[in-house]
Amino acid sequence: MKSGSNLEKVLKGGHFAVTCECGPPRGPNPDDLIGKIDHIKGFVDAANVTDNPTASVRMSSVGASAILFRHGVEPVMQMVTRDRNRIAAQGDVLGAHALGIRNMLCLSGDHQTFGNHPHAKNVFDIDSMQLLHMVRTLRDEGKMDNGDPIDGKMGMFLGAAANPFADPFEFRVIRLAKKIAAGADFIQTQCIYDMDRFRKFMEMARDMGLHEKCFILAGVTPLKSLGMARYMNRSVPGMSIPQRILERMKGVPREAQAKEGIRILLEQIEELQQTEGVAGIHVMAIEWEEKIPEIMERARLIPRPQVD
Amino acid sequence: MIVADQKPLHEVKEFVETHQKILVAGCGTCVTVCLSGGAAEARLLASGLRIAFQRAHHPKTIEDDTVLRQCDEEFVLPLLEKVKGEGFDAVITLACGVGVNFLADRLGAIPVFPGVNTTFYGAVMEPGLWAEMCSGCGECITHLTGGICPIARCSKRLFNGPCGGSEKGRCEVDPLNTPCVWQLIYDRMKELGRLHELRNIIPAKNWRPALDGGVRHTVRERIYRLEYKNR
Repeated sequence: MKSGSNLEKVLKGGHFAVTCECGPPRGPNPDDLIGKIDHIKGFVDAANVTDNPTASVRMSSVGASAILFRHGVEPVMQMVTRDRNRIAAQGDVLGAHALGIRNMLCLSGDHQTFGNHPHAKNVFDIDSMQLLHMVRTLRDEGKMDNGDPIDGKMGMFLGAAANPFADPFEFRVIRLAKKIAAGADFIQTQCIYDMDRFRKFMEMARDMGLHEKCFILAGVTPLKSLGMARYMNRSVPGMSIPQRILERMKGVPREAQAKEGIRILLEQIEELQQTEGVAGIHVMAIEWEEKIPEIMERARLIPRPQVD
Repeated sequence: MIVADQKPLHEVKEFVETHQKILVAGCGTCVTVCLSGGAAEARLLASGLRIAFQRAHHPKTIEDDTVLRQCDEEFVLPLLEKVKGEGFDAVITLACGVGVNFLADRLGAIPVFPGVNTTFYGAVMEPGLWAEMCSGCGECITHLTGGICPIARCSKRLFNGPCGGSEKGRCEVDPLNTPCVWQLIYDRMKELGRLHELRNIIPAKNWRPALDGGVRHTVRERIYRLEYKNR
């Protein structure tokens, strides 16, 4: 065991894992976050805590992850290299470990021009690949990036992101392989709508044996409305929603679109469960965490496995 | 070359409101080529300021002069003599930030104001279009990336391939105007038959030779020592 985290145990136990996303609040008060935790508790194996998502200021992922931990939901602490250099990153990882955090997701982070402080200076001392390598060195060798020993041992289950839908497509699997070589124990993908392209991506990953070297969790996001689907298709770089899905959303009255979005999601989950090399799903129900219990029930993914 | 953009006239005008005799100093090298601070721009700015102050009923004496390089004492000396000898009480330089500093270090009580915003090290892509190509990071890694720099040309300075925002060869930060440099690197390495090299992980960079190691100097010992001994 690299961390002893619940997520690691579930995946290594051969269970189909479920993670979701839990966005920290826009202020110092943890009440809303605790509300979200109550919605998802018992329905997922771990929940990602975003790190100033889309470069907009939120409660820190370390702080919010510690709150999740205290309230009985295992956090996957996201960490971006946009806002911290190698010194801060290593210090934050050590602090997170002391607070009980045992999973993290290493990311470069959205560019600050997309966020609420577009005039900020970014850091990008290291990239996500180098962050993975750095934390693995802390964990496996007990050494900082400069070779200095740390006092004591550290366990951390290391995750990375993969976007099968960005370009150049042929490089996407190579980049996945690099992340695994750098230290990724698990992968969470960008949300999938284009199943054909995802199948092709998985085929390439299997050809390289990557599904045996790390756990790949397929990212999914329920569509709330046709408007959201159109917006994501048009405005989110590296994301395309097939015409077939847009048509389906268009084909139902506005008030029934959210239901249709969940139905599409459930069909996707079923297909993903059958896809060789997919070890679980990562449900990004953006500001829709209250839907997680319904989704999990209808997908027959509860009760979650208890592994020791 | 070093690329710079002219500051708006009103901003430059404000700098010198309280001064009477002002020299606008152009530079004959990079800023001349990128059309922001050469002799022509210096003359235009001087006349623009003259007209603006005249209209505001505060006429001032504003002249212009351009030297070949404002970053080299040999070329700057005549400019310094002119400023001090002819009683100018302020200088606006259209050189890059190097020129502003170089003059400020040498002009004693006479203030120097920047007339341009220095932006980047770049190349002429098309007439009228310049693009960033180098960050001056002090330790070139382009031998690993087919000669194309991800530090200067990737919005996130990524070392190990394109982020999830690379779409149809464009950078998500400014898709209309900016190619994804990792797409360019990928295509170039493919063309060079070196695609397999991109599987290697480029480790964390040493930023010490960049600005992060403190203020930088370069010494050519054979020249610098010689001159030092002669002094």
